[in-house]
Amino acid sequence: MRPVSSWGRLSAEPHQVAELSDIATLAEELGGTGPAIPLGMGRSYGDACLNPGGTLLSTARLDRFHSFDPETGRLVCEAGVQLRDIQRCLMPRGWSLPVIPGTRIVSVGGAIANDVHGKNHHRVGSFGHHVRNLTLVRTDGQVIDCGPGVRPDLFAATVGGIGLTGLIATAELQLQPVAGPWLDTEILSYRGLDEFLTLADDSESLWEHTVSWIDCTAGSRTRGIFLRANPAVDQTGEPASPRRLGVPVTPPLSLFNRLTLPVFNSVYYHLNSHRSRARRRPFDTFLFPLDDIGDWNRLYGPRGFYQYQLVVPRDAGPAALRDILDIIARSGLGSFLAVIKTFGDRVSPGLLSFPTPGITLSLDFPNRGPRTERLFVELDAVVRSAGGRLYLAKDARMPRDLFEAGYPRAPELAKFRDPGMSSGMSRRLMGR
Amino acid sequence: MQRGPVQLILVARNVELAGRIAADLQARGGQADVSVETLDFLSAPAIAEAVAHWTAQGPVDMALIAHGVLSPQQPCQDDIEQARHSIEVNGISPVLFAEAFAGVMNRAGRGTIGMIGSVAGDRGRRANYVYGASKALMDRYAQGLQHRFAGSGVKIVLIKPGPTDTPMTAHYKAQGRRLASVESVAQGTVDALDRGTAVAYLPRKWRLIMFVVRALPDFIFNRLNI
Repeated sequence: MRPVSSWGRLSAEPHQVAELSDIATLAEELGGTGPAIPLGMGRSYGDACLNPGGTLLSTARLDRFHSFDPETGRLVCEAGVQLRDIQRCLMPRGWSLPVIPGTRIVSVGGAIANDVHGKNHHRVGSFGHHVRNLTLVRTDGQVIDCGPGVRPDLFAATVGGIGLTGLIATAELQLQPVAGPWLDTEILSYRGLDEFLTLADDSESLWEHTVSWIDCTAGSRTRGIFLRANPAVDQTGEPASPRRLGVPVTPPLSLFNRLTLPVFNSVYYHLNSHRSRARRRPFDTFLFPLDDIGDWNRLYGPRGFYQYQLVVPRDAGPAALRDILDIIARSGLGSFLAVIKTFGDRVSPGLLSFPTPGITLSLDFPNRGPRTERLFVELDAVVRSAGGRLYLAKDARMPRDLFEAGYPRAPELAKFRDPGMSSGMSRRLMGR
Repeated sequence: MQRGPVQLILVARNVELAGRIAADLQARGGQADVSVETLDFLSAPAIAEAVAHWTAQGPVDMALIAHGVLSPQQPCQDDIEQARHSIEVNGISPVLFAEAFAGVMNRAGRGTIGMIGSVAGDRGRRANYVYGASKALMDRYAQGLQHRFAGSGVKIVLIKPGPTDTPMTAHYKAQGRRLASVESVAQGTVDALDRGTAVAYLPRKWRLIMFVVRALPDFIFNRLNI
C-alpha cells in the first residue's frame, strides 16, 4: 500500500498499486485484484482515478505503439501512451491528435475514459469522436472489442465511463493531418459576459481554437482575454523548445489568495490587453502553457485545490453565469485559473460525456475547508436550476442528486459495468 | 546518435516481447528498419557467429548491450545455481558480446559500444552482491576496453543507472522509495552515447553518492544496513 493523490492533491489515501506491464497477460493479471479502478497519469482532479483502500491498475507501463499507417493516419496504441508522445513522434510526420485537452500529459486510456475535450470542441467534438475501436479487458478475464460500429452500446458506456466498464488496453485512433507546428493566433480583451459571447459566436465559424481567460474577482461586470487560433499559413522554421520551469516545493499556503489574486488578475489582464493582437506562435505554448511548469498544482499549498467545471445550456447560460460570477466575487475565494469556452453542437459519444451545447466555465479554488464547500453549495444550486452539469474528471465533491440531475443517462451505465471495477467517485455518485 | 533512416537489429532472449518493441519503434519512427533476432546468450560460439553475420556487410555504428536478469540476493544464496545464472547473464554474456563487437570496431577504426552497468557494481553490499559482482565485472572490463581504445575512433560508454522505475524495482516502489524515471535515464543514455562519455551515472547525483559509498571505511560501512 502506498499513498496516492490525484491532481487536486486533496487526499493521499493508501492504495494497492498494480503496475501493469505486459499487454499479453493482462487478462490474468486483472483477475482477483478486488475492487479496482484504472489509473493513467493521475491528471483527473478528484476521485475518478482513486480507490481509497483498494487497488489501482496503473497503465503507465502499457505505453507501446502497435502500428501507425501514414497513409490513413490510423494509430493503434496501448492505453498508457501519453498524448505528448503521440504528438512528439507523429507531428513531424504531418499528423496530430484531433482533440487534446489543456495538458498533453494524459494517457490515451484516461482521455477516452473521461471523454476529454479541447479548445477546438466546436469543430471536432470530443476525444471519443475519434476513437475507431478499443479493446476492453474485464476483471473476469474477458477481452472485448468495441467501437462506434461494434457493440456501440458498450462503447458509449466506456467513452466517458471513468473506467467502470473495464480496463481499456488498446485503442485505435484517427489522427488528422497537420501542416506544421505553428498557429496564427489573436488575443483580444473584452469587458462583460455579453462581449465574450459575441466574440465566441463570431469566432466559431472562422477559428479552429477558441478559449478565454476570465477575471473571476470582478463579478458579472467581468473582464477577460479571448484567445483564438488557426493553423498558420506560414509553417517555416522550427519553434524553440520552451524553457521548462518547475515548482520544487509545496508552499505552506496557497499562493493564490484573497490578497494576491486581484493583483495577479490585473497584471495578467493589462499585460495581454496591450499585446499585439495577431501573432504566429508555436502550437504547444499556445495550447498547453501549463505543461511547461512542472507540478504547478503545488502552488495551491498543502491542502490542495478543487476545480469546479460546469456547463450550462446556451439559453439559460448567460443569466446563470452572471449569478455564478457574482457569487464567486462576493465569496472572495476563487483563483487565477478561470477559463470560459463555448461548446459546439456535436452530440457527445458517451453516456457520461461532459460536453453539451452551451457554455463551460472552469475555476480553481484552493481548499479552505467548509468555506469552500459552502461556496460550492451555492454554485451547485445555480447549475442545477439552469439544467447544467459538472465535469466528472474535475469533481471531488458534487452531491449525488446533482450528478443524477446533470447526467440523466447515468442509469444506463449500470448494465455495462465491470463488477470488479469501483472508484471513490463511483461509490460517492452511484453507490457502488 | 543518428536521427533519420536507421537500420536497427534488436537481439533478445524473449522474441515475442522484442517483436512488440520493434513494432513500437517502427510506428514511432517511421524511417527505421527494425528486425528481431535471437540466439543463445550464454554461448560464446553463437555470439561470435552472430556478430560476424550482422557485421558481414560492414561494421555497425553502435552496439548497445543492455540485457540483464532480475536476480534478488536471497535465491542466489540459497541456490548457487541461481548465483551462477545471475553472473553469467548479467556479467559474462555482456562481456562476450562487447568483445565480439570490439574486434569488428577495432578493424573498422570506429564505432561505439554502450554497456549498461549499475551503481550496484561500485561496492559490494549484502543486499545484492551477486548481482553487484556481475556488474563490477562489466565495470573492470569496460575500463580495460577504454584503455585499449584510448585515442582511437572507438568509444566505450559505461552507463550506471541508479534505481530506476522499471518492473525490476517494483519492490522499492512499493516501499515508497523515489525512483528515477525511465525517460530521464533513457535520455541520459542517449546523451552519453552521443558524447562518448566514458562512465555516465544516471541520474548524475549517483556519481557523488557512490563516491561517498566507495570511500567509506569498512568499520563504518559494515555497520550500515544499506
